[in-house]
Amino acid sequence: MITGRFFAAGADRRIAITILILLAVAIIVPLLNLAVSPTSAFYVPSYIVALTGKYLCYALLALALDLVWGYCGILSLGHGAFFALGGYAMGMYLMRQIGARGVYGNPILPDFMVFLNYKELPWFWTGFDHFWFAAIMVLAVPGLLAFVFGWFAFRSRVTGVYLSIITQAMTYALLLAFFRNDMGFGGNNGLTDFKDILGFNVQADATRSALFAASALMLALAVFVTWAIVGSKYGKLLMAVRDAESRTRFLGWRAENVKLFAFTVSAVMAGIAGALYVPQVGIINPGEFEPSNSIEVVIWAAVGGRGTIVGPIIGALLVNAGKSWFTGVLPEFWLFALGGLFVAVTLLLPKGIVGMWDSWRGNAKALRAASLAEEAGTDPVVPPQQKIVRSAATKPGDWSSSSPEPQPAE
Amino acid sequence: MSKSNTILYLDGVSVSFDGFRAINNLSLVLDKGEMRAIIGPNGAGKTTMMDIVTGKTRPDEGEVFFDGQVDLTKHDEAEIAMMGIGRKFQKPTVFESHTIEENLMLALKGPRSIFPALFHRRSAAEARQIDDILGIIRLGDKRDQLAANLSHGQKQWLEIGMLLAQDPKLLLVDEPVAGMTDAETEETARLLKEIARDHSVIVVEHDMHFVRELGVKVTCLHEGSVLSEGTLDFVSADERVVEVYLGR
Repeated sequence: MITGRFFAAGADRRIAITILILLAVAIIVPLLNLAVSPTSAFYVPSYIVALTGKYLCYALLALALDLVWGYCGILSLGHGAFFALGGYAMGMYLMRQIGARGVYGNPILPDFMVFLNYKELPWFWTGFDHFWFAAIMVLAVPGLLAFVFGWFAFRSRVTGVYLSIITQAMTYALLLAFFRNDMGFGGNNGLTDFKDILGFNVQADATRSALFAASALMLALAVFVTWAIVGSKYGKLLMAVRDAESRTRFLGWRAENVKLFAFTVSAVMAGIAGALYVPQVGIINPGEFEPSNSIEVVIWAAVGGRGTIVGPIIGALLVNAGKSWFTGVLPEFWLFALGGLFVAVTLLLPKGIVGMWDSWRGNAKALRAASLAEEAGTDPVVPPQQKIVRSAATKPGDWSSSSPEPQPAE
Repeated sequence: MSKSNTILYLDGVSVSFDGFRAINNLSLVLDKGEMRAIIGPNGAGKTTMMDIVTGKTRPDEGEVFFDGQVDLTKHDEAEIAMMGIGRKFQKPTVFESHTIEENLMLALKGPRSIFPALFHRRSAAEARQIDDILGIIRLGDKRDQLAANLSHGQKQWLEIGMLLAQDPKLLLVDEPVAGMTDAETEETARLLKEIARDHSVIVVEHDMHFVRELGVKVTCLHEGSVLSEGTLDFVSADERVVEVYLGR
């Protein structure tokens, strides 16, 4: 049903192209890394695979934020928290995979627990030696937190800046909690020194390529899911809540549930992004909960164009590529550049890159249509007709097409 | 007084905001199928009364009953809307980034939970209903346009159309002709009279020509309670009403 709509609609070409590009990248980049000799011009070095794989996770995070911010107007300044929680769930699995190969050689307890004199594994670490369990937790923990948080926030009708502030407070509270050693998540060192994922060495080129491909595929899937959600009647409702919340209430919709669903789906997407991110960077620590991280995500979405599906992805890739380049060339000035970028986008590109491109294309199309109409010689006839139609329209009933005169194309 | 044949029954309702009594011991009864016009100077409590009926504001005291038996003070906006009370705002409020058709689709009577909406496909019956409403509000040729591009008057009509799509038992219409031309006002009066044939309607309006056009029983509110009630001629002959409108 939804797939039928996907293949039928020509207007969604951009989404189809994005998904195809991601699928192609998921195949080609690993091939160029593994099958091509390092001396060839087409060889993609391993560090590029790891770096772009990381960017794809960021793009997924930006897309998740866009679902709630762009389409529902919920400016979450705490999406990094869901990302980090997904990352921690994956990190816990990776820690358990180390087994007896740790520095202290304890087959059950991760190194930091031995170091902190833990006698046995805390209850919340049980099950994380299984990948399937960790995978469920990657989805469930961020999803559940978002559900509980959203349930209270949306039911109490916290909106706008106040909501943004409490999301920020949420991620900050988690930051402080995860910094504590007695939380059982490795304190400020976090979880690191990973060895295997599903039995494969995380450092190996083949594993890195596979993780890259998984990130690209997951992003493609997320693009499809977001597109399906946004295009459904629920998606229309989501935007309706963004534009006129009280109207939806008086039509009988429960605006809080509408928001809660999008917020939870978005948090799950962010959690998946975090889970793919951690094995690629090799560490997860409480720094990922840093409020500034979440704000950076907002900047990616704003730069690319919120309320578009492709925009946040482009924004995340561009800003992060810029960051990598900039921090290499002028490391002290990166934060100024980022701040300047945000100011510039807000002032000059309020709809972001994709939004700007669309309105530019829209104008170009309108101009072309106008010049075509002029060539066809319809233009000279139109103005007098228009006047007659306007002056005759004394009743609202004349808005309808029932009037026999042809309406001028606008 | 019996509630049995009423669609709306307010008795001794009071509400105050920060010590200001917006509604003061208000009693008002609307029979099933009746259309009522409510007039009154600014600050008379007209909009607050609608807020109470639709569940946006809880009254401090008093009874509010819908359809003879439902206590509206115990329900919230969405529940009240689902029971069959539709409301048009003073300022036309439509979903500007959606087309006219999508606006009506979101308003159309039906299940109001998330998952049906996620997998919803438009049925032929729904398409027909939307066509009918587009015909009534005369926006058929604009169905694929964004609501943001409509004129003020057209937005008012679209909002009335959304109310119709909800198929409520009672419509609360707040200043439907504000900012309309005379011709549009006339047309709106015709439309409301048509709607009143099979719905109960409360219209709040300042425009006396419009109220005369409707030709229904009039209630004049002042300082949160009923000042006078009857035909428009009776109410406008009432000395207290004249005093309130012209000042002392």
